[in-house]
Amino acid sequence: MIRRNTIPFGPQHPVLPEPIQLRLVMEDEKIVEALPAVGYVHRGLEKIAEKKDYIQDVYLVERICGICSFMHSQNYCQGIESLMNVSVPDRARYLRVVWAELHRIHSHLLILGLAADAFGFENLFMRLWQIREIILDIMEKTAGGRVILGVCTLGGVKRDIPPALQDEILRQLDEAERQLSDVLPALVNDYSVKQRLVGIGVLPKDKAYELGAVGPVARASGLAMDLRETCYAAYGDLDFKMVTETAGDCYARTLVRVKELHTSAELVRKALKRMPEGPLSVPVKGNPTGEVLARIEQPRGELNFYIKGNATRNLERFRVRTPTFANLPALLHMLTGCQLADVPVIAICIDPCISCTER
Amino acid sequence: MINLIQSIFSKLSSRPDTRRYPFKKREPMEGSRGHIDIEIDKCIFCGACQKRCPSNALTVSRDPKSWSLNPYACIVCGYCVEVCPKKCIVMNAGHFTPPA
Amino acid sequence: MLTDVKEIEIEHLHKEVWQLKRDGYRFVTMTCTDLGDAHDILYHFDLHYALKHLRLKLPRGTALPSISSQFFAAVLVENEMQDLFGIEVSGLAVDFKGRFMLSDGAPVAPLNKAPIGIGLDVRVKTPAPAEGVAQS
Repeated sequence: MIRRNTIPFGPQHPVLPEPIQLRLVMEDEKIVEALPAVGYVHRGLEKIAEKKDYIQDVYLVERICGICSFMHSQNYCQGIESLMNVSVPDRARYLRVVWAELHRIHSHLLILGLAADAFGFENLFMRLWQIREIILDIMEKTAGGRVILGVCTLGGVKRDIPPALQDEILRQLDEAERQLSDVLPALVNDYSVKQRLVGIGVLPKDKAYELGAVGPVARASGLAMDLRETCYAAYGDLDFKMVTETAGDCYARTLVRVKELHTSAELVRKALKRMPEGPLSVPVKGNPTGEVLARIEQPRGELNFYIKGNATRNLERFRVRTPTFANLPALLHMLTGCQLADVPVIAICIDPCISCTER
Repeated sequence: MINLIQSIFSKLSSRPDTRRYPFKKREPMEGSRGHIDIEIDKCIFCGACQKRCPSNALTVSRDPKSWSLNPYACIVCGYCVEVCPKKCIVMNAGHFTPPA
Repeated sequence: MLTDVKEIEIEHLHKEVWQLKRDGYRFVTMTCTDLGDAHDILYHFDLHYALKHLRLKLPRGTALPSISSQFFAAVLVENEMQDLFGIEVSGLAVDFKGRFMLSDGAPVAPLNKAPIGIGLDVRVKTPAPAEGVAQS
């Protein structure tokens, strides 16, 4: 006889870096329903953004997330710049791409490491994080912070990357890619890793679209959706190529991230090579008026900021929709029908970032 | 898989990749945002930094002349360094160490 | 700047959303802004990187019909609005009853604009300290 049980997964769980609870309704070992319970780290950031003025908000917005912080400030700056009709200097657009793609590499290495840890491959976890350290050192050298870079500002960027540092970045990127070529075959080709990932948490293409999945989760299901194709910043000049997979399982999501590591490294190289000389920023005067929905492609998917200004220094309304929030309905769909032992792997493969989700 | 086994054996014989932290410290990189310091002789106590600080970590008063930073509220963003008219607030590398 | 914004009435909401779904649009998110006597509700949809918005003016005290039966992806953001703005959303596929983002003892509808002259702190119900704590 089948009995129904409810198992709380989280908020504290070894595989979860951040607190989220999944209430799993079980029939024996099989999940028939999953419900999320969030709110453990809700900080009321949208409210405080209305209290601070719009320049202070750049620093506030950068601290929404501790992993993809640069992209948050980049998106906010692009939103305000479009409200105030500021055109950013070319060199600043290229520098933004360099830092954003470095962020994407470090974020993907982080989540691949965590995924390796979730399916019990600790050696791989440590090797991937060791490589991530190289990227973090590049960021500290160029921007002054390991994760919170603080270089993006309204109208451009604050720091330049001088030629000597550009050579250093290229050298370190080559070194990181050489080390990755040792490690990644173990993640992609290994028999036991495949046993753990292939066919787990399948999300079909039509379901992914209907549930509003974004980022690597959508691209692994075969949806060609990447906002970098809309050519914000300097992506239009860098012939960017999107990575897609069709299987829609955890293995495909891992593959998308692995391939994006290489496309991101390639984008950094191209951006450094084609970067024009020129000023770093233009002064921004006046106060923002009107409303905009600013969008950008983050490591986890598309990030939306709704910004409404009312011609004063304070914003009327600032709203954040992070990619993890959009991926949660897809996660619930993936969990339904899977085994309890697969829940950690599925949960980590959507790359959950709960602190940004709850703001 | 072969690569990984090779690397395991090479790691067995080589030195650890980590540092023995409290005894051996890494020098902070040049230009890294570590902590805020002030050259108090140059300060004119205008309060521009206090008004701009996003985390309200600064307290400046004209009479009596005082400038104080709450290091636990400071987010080391560097906004005060930019706006200071006398350029007397400086960003130094190396993190803040609380007094014992 | 927001372009392609369509102002709609509350009774036409389901018809408009259904039309967008048939045209192949993807639900992006919803935004709520407090306008004082009403809430300004924006629905954002996306098709091939082009955004389309529906704008709805919801007077205070009116229940908002949920679109979660058409776009299940909307269920979480509607629950969030129910918590943070105190809007009643009717017909939710999954209703967290105002406990999605907030917990017991949290401020009521914290993202609404406070009336002029009254700070946010007034609405936070902080319990009085127990007897004897203040002296020690």
